[in-house]
Amino acid sequence: MKPGSRLKSTVCDSEVVVIRYGSGVLTCGGAPLGDGAGERGEIDPAQAGGTVMGKRYVDAAGTVELLCVKPGKGTLALDGAALQLKEAKPLPASD
Amino acid sequence: MNIALFLEMAAQADPDRIGLVCDGKHWSYGELDAAARGACALIRASGASHVALLDESSEAAVIALFGAALAGVPYCPLNYRLADADLAALLGRVAPALIVGDARRVQQLSGDAGHIVYPRSEFTLAALEAVVDEQAECDPGEGVCIQLFTSGTTAAPKAAILAHSNLVSYILGTVEFGSAEESEATLVSVPPYHIAGIAALVSSIYAQRKVVLLPAFAPEDWLKLVEAEKVTNAFVVPTMLGRIIQALDKGVRADIGSLKAIAYGGGKMPLELIHRALDLFPETAFTNAYGLTETSSTIALLGPEEHRAAHRSADPKVRARLASVGIPLPTIELEIRGEDGEVLPAGQPGEIYVRGDQVSGRYKEKSALDAEGWFPTRDAGYLDEDGYLFLAGRADDVIVRGGENISPGEIEDLLLTHPAIADIAAVAVPSLEWGEAVGVAVVVRGGFAQPDADEIRSMVRARLRSSRVPEVVRFFPSLPYNEMGKLLRREVKKLLAA
Repeated sequence: MKPGSRLKSTVCDSEVVVIRYGSGVLTCGGAPLGDGAGERGEIDPAQAGGTVMGKRYVDAAGTVELLCVKPGKGTLALDGAALQLKEAKPLPASD
Repeated sequence: MNIALFLEMAAQADPDRIGLVCDGKHWSYGELDAAARGACALIRASGASHVALLDESSEAAVIALFGAALAGVPYCPLNYRLADADLAALLGRVAPALIVGDARRVQQLSGDAGHIVYPRSEFTLAALEAVVDEQAECDPGEGVCIQLFTSGTTAAPKAAILAHSNLVSYILGTVEFGSAEESEATLVSVPPYHIAGIAALVSSIYAQRKVVLLPAFAPEDWLKLVEAEKVTNAFVVPTMLGRIIQALDKGVRADIGSLKAIAYGGGKMPLELIHRALDLFPETAFTNAYGLTETSSTIALLGPEEHRAAHRSADPKVRARLASVGIPLPTIELEIRGEDGEVLPAGQPGEIYVRGDQVSGRYKEKSALDAEGWFPTRDAGYLDEDGYLFLAGRADDVIVRGGENISPGEIEDLLLTHPAIADIAAVAVPSLEWGEAVGVAVVVRGGFAQPDADEIRSMVRARLRSSRVPEVVRFFPSLPYNEMGKLLRREVKKLLAA
């Protein structure tokens, strides 16, 4: 999964772009993220935290970073552990 | 990752929101995104190796930038102010290109070099009318996004290249998606061939801050546009700010109460001018941005609170920070190195080195990065004990007097505190004894008598080391600057040699 790859959820509208990826299984709403092909499934109600447009999501170790380019209802996770919202450090607009 | 995704996200989040205003015409994110997709189809069908712009800023520049990105072809805005021979050489280096802009000049200069040329309005129309294959994949953005020719002050211009990954890293590191209120609008008046002009477009679109273009800067037009479009943010080079303040002094009136923030960069800001601006716009947030083409724009920032703190402080150390370019961005590494490559401690001047994902440091011809990925900026400077970065001119501008390195900046900063001196440049002049010595070109402030050359020498002698005392002191009505407000030191050398 190269940086720049676009991944789609099969259980909600979420789409993400890979900023950084090491290893492990990426899921959204409990189902693997992929190229969007294949059957649509049901969202795991325990993993329905939602994704927010333009937000970045990272794992605790910082090996994976995803940018949400289309919001949806599922929670992003790496090997079953939910990804966290990456805190933005606000900078004044410089250009 | 492709930078065109930023426009797509803005269009997806709010297709009808206005993203661009130019010549009174409003463009929504949805319209811009559709036009960029049309431009991509045109560019792919053309077989061009580059997409060049030979034009002032307009919607066509925005459409060409994102269209080229989608097509995976480098976007190469050219400086239309170049002399014919220089421009002809650059046109040869981008052939065969799809060129947007001055068709007549391209025809005159490069005849039949295989270029496909669209005048501005024809390009916009063709992009809007192009048949787009919805199934066509856009470029993955693993290659070159932007190619910018350096100004070539010492040799032939170098083609600096920025990869999609450099710009993406800069934007993601500094801008939060959709962070602008719908009422925000940013006025862009720097030319499209300058990195600040490109960075302004991409950052504003990602923040969903409306871009208002002013293709040809004139202070009266700038003020009028702030009022008409209720502009909240602006980026200017110091010369522009000086001219805006002059216009206000002359009695030009405009309601500029909407203006909340002014960012500046691209050249040295005279201390007196920024103090004046802070007094004149007491509610405005000023940000100083330092960056280079090769670093995808900004790498250090002096923020609004720091401006106000320095402006009102009586502590000389805090006050001096107004002359700094602030603190390096948290997403990059920055070091000051000496002549042997050793990392220098705070307070010691040397060459500024940077490293990070946004730093390209590559030219089409070769990479300037060292083995560890550090980019030597050729800018001289130092960090103070609190990490504020001070610039001291180009490393190439250092005056070497009998083996001692002298930074022009320290002499200039000191002499600018003389009440009768409005502007000054210190450069190397040939010296039989020392190889090089210090020469200063001085502009006397209106209403003041010309100071004595010996008075200037004793001021330097009293405050700096004796090696800094200028051998040559001459007076001129003004100093030579380029259109971006950069002092042309080569020209100053010629003036002092004449």
